[in-house]
Amino acid sequence: MMGSVIFTNLPALLVVVPLLLAPISALFTFAGLGWAIAIVGTGASFIFALLLQSVTENGARISYHLGNWEPPWGIEFVVDSASSLTLVVMSGLGFLATLAARQLVKNEIAEKDIGKFYAAWLLVSGGLFGLVMTADAFNLFVFLEISALASVILIGMGAGTDRRALIAGYHYLVIGAVGATFYVIGVGFIYAMTGSLNMVDIANRIPDASGSAAIYVGFGFMVAGILVKAAIFPVHIWLPAAYSYAPSAVSTLLASIATKAALYVLARILFTVFSGMPEVVTIALSNVIVPLAVGGVFVGTIMAIYEADVKKLFAHSSVAQIGYIALGLGLGTPASVSAAFIHIGNHALIKGGIFMAIGGFVAALGARASLDSLIGIGRRLPLTATAFVICGLSLAGLPLTAGFISKLYLVRAILETESYVILSLVLISSALSVVYLWKIMEVMWMQPAPARLPKLVENPAIYLPIWIVALGNIWFGIDANWLVSASQMAAQILFDLSSGGGA
Amino acid sequence: MKQNPVFRVVAKILFAPIIMFGLYVQFHGDYSPGGGFQAGVIIAAAFILHAIVFGLQAGREIVSARVNLWMMVFGVSLYGGVGVVSMAKGGLFLDYTALTGSVATGQHIGILLVELGVGLTVTSVMLAVFHAFAGFVEDNAK
Repeated sequence: MMGSVIFTNLPALLVVVPLLLAPISALFTFAGLGWAIAIVGTGASFIFALLLQSVTENGARISYHLGNWEPPWGIEFVVDSASSLTLVVMSGLGFLATLAARQLVKNEIAEKDIGKFYAAWLLVSGGLFGLVMTADAFNLFVFLEISALASVILIGMGAGTDRRALIAGYHYLVIGAVGATFYVIGVGFIYAMTGSLNMVDIANRIPDASGSAAIYVGFGFMVAGILVKAAIFPVHIWLPAAYSYAPSAVSTLLASIATKAALYVLARILFTVFSGMPEVVTIALSNVIVPLAVGGVFVGTIMAIYEADVKKLFAHSSVAQIGYIALGLGLGTPASVSAAFIHIGNHALIKGGIFMAIGGFVAALGARASLDSLIGIGRRLPLTATAFVICGLSLAGLPLTAGFISKLYLVRAILETESYVILSLVLISSALSVVYLWKIMEVMWMQPAPARLPKLVENPAIYLPIWIVALGNIWFGIDANWLVSASQMAAQILFDLSSGGGA
Repeated sequence: MKQNPVFRVVAKILFAPIIMFGLYVQFHGDYSPGGGFQAGVIIAAAFILHAIVFGLQAGREIVSARVNLWMMVFGVSLYGGVGVVSMAKGGLFLDYTALTGSVATGQHIGILLVELGVGLTVTSVMLAVFHAFAGFVEDNAK
């Protein structure tokens, strides 16, 4: 009885469990309890996501009617191969980030705020899961706001160590609100023209209304709004400051799951909601998304090369990596979209590990991680630093790491479309990313640590989660079958829907 | 404003009717315009008026920050709890009909409890936001 209740309600539980545990966590101020609640919440969602993935990996589609109201009138959650893969990636990394968070936040967040910190943490997770599952365009906005407002709180909590976190959080609040407003304006136009908010229903009704300028305006507003949330160049400017001044644990969580959800939503909007007007979407993909993605790759990489603050450096690098994912979506072939999904998974692993390791450095040093403070850190914190190197190599795309698989499939997909300019740009930018990685590696390992520095202790509660992620990077570099086949299925599902097969 | 008799008298006269009106909006929300959001703001307005006229400290003595936090959490949990109970009774999340098994009573009880949860949470969140901003200077001077 209990089992069947859980099983039929899996999509709802994935959102409800974190969202209902959040207020309970806010009530208490003991550090251990808040963390335990967060572990239960994120751990349960990881299990739910794995169950959903196992059901949908072969192309099955679960439709969950909230409140038992039939779609398109009621709100519907849809879990298919594409969303369940994204959910597994997000909830898995969210769980690992929570494991590491206990020690990482110790010096950064006051004891009395810990309960509220984990409340916001759970709200971000639950909100993002809802964002990925919902099939209702307006409900999507609600989840967008839940997760965005909670992430602003989390970013602002970095003020305990660095007051600039407040400005970073405020920028994100304002820019993110503009993005969300654009999205809602777009939904308003689409609703006015089609009379529906359900994504598949909109897709079916758009051919009747196409030719009307309002549909195109709505399309533009919706895509522009999501571009802001996904931090795609040139509307990525909130991201570097937000990631670098947030508490280390928060950078880990946001870098590994937040923009991934927004990118998934972008894919949904382009390939599901507007599948009724493929010619306009194709123009948007090739004239807007691809150039912006390539621009983001270069701007992010070059900014990272000139950055001395390590957290900010990797935040800029995130902009570049988001560019690769957006490029995969923008090329708009099944192969490139599956490459985008592969990179969504791998980049979550890479950046999750890197930001966790930086958090480990910060916790041990008690200071911001800059190129100066990391001199000789390889010998002072060997375990954390080695895991960091593995994730770094994975970021550069060295064979036998997860990053290589991403690059391989992306390059293959680009070759298929025979766009050699883009191919050369991608290869050049990958080579450039070695520059900033080498800059850090050199400081960490080649330069001797200044004499008479205090001995640093490594905390297993910090380096074990980092090593799990680092080993994950190697594992998915050697045996990428699961991720690759799940991503190909995800892309196939998105295209089946857009070619009119879905309903 | 504590010294001005007009404010004090008006605040005292209006306090109860505002809450009364809030409750009216709250409990008619399920079949006429209104509901938890509007009622919550109206009820919070009564407490905010009280705090503006008699001082923040007096306001905090009626509803302390701790009680306010519990109210906030209780409201959300009530909303979510209705959903969880409806799942446990074999329905989908927030399927009110599953609460009692009949459409008439189930939908009625469901929407009433959910709106009550919304009302409680909105009231306490409005109060918390007011006290956080109004008390910002003195809280940070401590």
